[in-house]
Amino acid sequence: MTEQAQGKIDFGQQVLKEINEPTPEGETHKRSFWSTISIPLLAILTGLIIGAILIAATSPTVWAAFSESIWQGFGQAFTEIGKAYGALFTGSIADPAKIVNAISTGDPRDIRSAVNPFLESLVQATPYIFSGLAVAVGFRSGLFNIGVEGQLFIGAACATYVGYAVTGLPAYIHMPLAFLAGALGGAIWAFIPGLLKAKTGGHEVINTIMMNWIAFRLTEWLLSGPMTRPGSGGMPLSPLIQDTAKIPQFFASPIRFHLGFFIALAIAWLINWLLFKTTWGLNLRTVGTNPRAARYAGLNTDNSIMIAMAISGALAGMAGGTQILAVNHSMALGLSSGYGFDSIALALIGNNTPIGVILASLLFGTLRNGATRMMVVSAIPIDIIDVIQAIILIFVAAPAIIRSIYHLKQPKVEETQVFLSGWGGK
Amino acid sequence: MPPILELKGITKQFPGVLANDHIDLELNQGEILVLLGENGAGKTTLMNILYGLYQPDEGEIFIRGQRVEIHSPSDAIRAGIGMVHQHFMLIPVFTVTENVMLGAESVKVGDILDRESAAKRIREISTKYSLEVNPDDYVRDLPVGVQQRVEIIKLLFREADILIFDEPTAVLTPQESDELFEIMRSLVAQGKSIIFITHKLREVMEIADRIVVIRRGQVVGETTPAEADKNALAAMMVGRQVNLTVKKKEPQPGELVFKVENLIVADKFQNIVVDDVSFEIREGEILGIAGVQGNGQTELVEAITGLTKIASGSITLLGQNISNAAPRKITELGTAHVPEDRQSVGLVLPFPVAENLVLCTYYQAPFSKGIILQYDAILEHAEKLIREFDIRTPSALTPVSTLSGGNQQKVIIARELSRPIKFLAASQPTRGLDVGSIEYIHKCIIQKRDEGCAVLLVSPELDEILELSDRIAVMYRGKILAIVPNKGISKDYIGLLMAGIIPEEPIQLSGETEIEVTF
Repeated sequence: MTEQAQGKIDFGQQVLKEINEPTPEGETHKRSFWSTISIPLLAILTGLIIGAILIAATSPTVWAAFSESIWQGFGQAFTEIGKAYGALFTGSIADPAKIVNAISTGDPRDIRSAVNPFLESLVQATPYIFSGLAVAVGFRSGLFNIGVEGQLFIGAACATYVGYAVTGLPAYIHMPLAFLAGALGGAIWAFIPGLLKAKTGGHEVINTIMMNWIAFRLTEWLLSGPMTRPGSGGMPLSPLIQDTAKIPQFFASPIRFHLGFFIALAIAWLINWLLFKTTWGLNLRTVGTNPRAARYAGLNTDNSIMIAMAISGALAGMAGGTQILAVNHSMALGLSSGYGFDSIALALIGNNTPIGVILASLLFGTLRNGATRMMVVSAIPIDIIDVIQAIILIFVAAPAIIRSIYHLKQPKVEETQVFLSGWGGK
Repeated sequence: MPPILELKGITKQFPGVLANDHIDLELNQGEILVLLGENGAGKTTLMNILYGLYQPDEGEIFIRGQRVEIHSPSDAIRAGIGMVHQHFMLIPVFTVTENVMLGAESVKVGDILDRESAAKRIREISTKYSLEVNPDDYVRDLPVGVQQRVEIIKLLFREADILIFDEPTAVLTPQESDELFEIMRSLVAQGKSIIFITHKLREVMEIADRIVVIRRGQVVGETTPAEADKNALAAMMVGRQVNLTVKKKEPQPGELVFKVENLIVADKFQNIVVDDVSFEIREGEILGIAGVQGNGQTELVEAITGLTKIASGSITLLGQNISNAAPRKITELGTAHVPEDRQSVGLVLPFPVAENLVLCTYYQAPFSKGIILQYDAILEHAEKLIREFDIRTPSALTPVSTLSGGNQQKVIIARELSRPIKFLAASQPTRGLDVGSIEYIHKCIIQKRDEGCAVLLVSPELDEILELSDRIAVMYRGKILAIVPNKGISKDYIGLLMAGIIPEEPIQLSGETEIEVTF
């Protein structure tokens, strides 16, 4: 009966826990929780350690010190690593010295600038949350949406157009309208491969990749043609959006922290509710987990595929829309630093749960944000962050490696569910 | 002389299960040893250890008194052990000779395959052990029984002395089974030794020299057919007295519920798999469809339940035409469907028991309001069915994947039979289940019949069909060859029909019908 009582509190999470770690006796939720998060945590730790080794190994000063003596070499290596990760921390969370200073002076401007690195990490995490959710919804529904990047571009273009071309609306209408335009654009862009999959069986991986390229070239043409900014001299750049369309930032420049972050959290909650508390969600998850059983149960798998792709695309479109409306305020080609592709990693690290995607996005946002300062302070190329992210992803995707490094026990029952039933699946 | 094969203290632990618990087993030269046990008792694990597919945690294997280590199937083959798998390991587009040679090719100078000498040896083997096979035939053209002979020849070609047969009769007609038994007798007469794995009591009594019964990973008894009877064996296997026959009343057929007329179904290669099939089922009546697996039964049930499109013909349920109707519509009219493949069709394995119990009805009240699922109601429903159908699960939130096969099937039975239904289509409802679950599921089906439900039962287990059905239809190559009332018909008659032969006398009455439940 305690099971039932707990179920009443939060069935969705309970169910997820059960899915991720089925324990035959239904015992110890504590341990199953730990074993759910232990792999990602250890993967992150290992990624950072390997990153540290790479930082030391690629630093000329470390090599120079090694040629003096081994001890000097190690000493220099630790100094370099400390400098780099120190910069990563101060650049992404906060500089403790600055905080102390700001509190002692009590100047609100100092305080704001002291906490800005942390707020900036949240800004960086925002598009990750949207795009990570987009991929996670796809995976939950048995679809591999690899076209998030393209949907993001189309979403951004739609939000931009509504943002600058529509005038005379009050902000409380114009801003949501532009945001929804972004979602709609992404949804339509993803719906097309969904339709192709449902009606012809064309594989969504191939078709979303194709749609990516169409999206890139289409936005290029739009920005240098119909949507170009007057007087930009042929540069692919859109006009600035109206003030009424802007998603508000909370503080004065240069702090960019904006309402979009909280919209992302709200949408994540909404997706969690949709997936785990509604008939639609059960429908999508059933089709995603076992399409044959779904057909047996009388579900319309074709509809489910199209709906799932549209939702996934809408989320991707929101990622692009928020970036335009809250941060960039106009659209250029360098809109995305590969959010759409990183999002696949985010969904996997987050185990395709909205809460997991949020946590993974915060991690990626923090790393991205801190990397800039790390490059300034210790001349370490920003690419090292890509390497660390890639290593984390490899470990999350191949948990056997982490298990063997840390001598973790094999879980009793297969813990991973089939993410990619789309691959050759029915 | 030491026994040809001796297993001492074999133990194998799987996570959460002790599959083999200090098993001792001896096989003497020239005997047929039957390894009897329910599904999941540990028979297959033991044989996989012997065949080198698993390594035991403890224990030793001796062959002719010599201790051997078997790390892989090739070690096993070298030690003279051969296995006939339940699912054949043959390549359909190769000839018999090529299949037999595969992995043990004899070559002429310059790596050219020496088919002639291999074919010659195959002929020798087939005359010596009366295994009739033409070495030049393609395997895809051979009936299942002959394919099995090819599997046996493969082992003899590699000079195996110890032959393991893993549930070999599952795919055979009764006549083919009899032929297989003849072959097995001829093999042991010429010095081979056989381990025969089965859970069918009738076969045990017919063929065994010695019987070893395994339950929950342990050897629980040893006997011979002369000393034991079926009831005793069943009790040993299950660990308690079991009822081998289901009590059922005379059928009381009522109104016509379900009707199929001239149904034709084609598969995706446009082969006709259900060929002009017609039948009807009334209230309170069970129509059993007998037939060897793969003769169109699967497609027939899929067509009826809306999972496959039909090419022509009509299907009528309660006066409504449901040809090519959506599965949900058919379900809502009052159809329950127990699918043949419970794990990949009937259940969503990673989902909890509670969600699987509402798989077909989650969108209806009280399980949802609008689009919002009512988990309180879903859980309450689950708790109720778990109690009512005695589903052994730690909780309603446990994923179905962690339950045993019998309990997984109970989840399906509970879900399907707890609805108000008029028509039940049950496809192999007891496949791979333990005796206790079989008893229970048979009782449920009979009970539904007595409540006035029309039941279509499809099973390749002839005993199950004879046990439960009121009328029997026999399917062969997509056609229904005959529909006969289940009164005093002999097993041979149905067996011939299953093999596609229509006996000249319409029904051979045998004085007393011997009916038993299959295990």
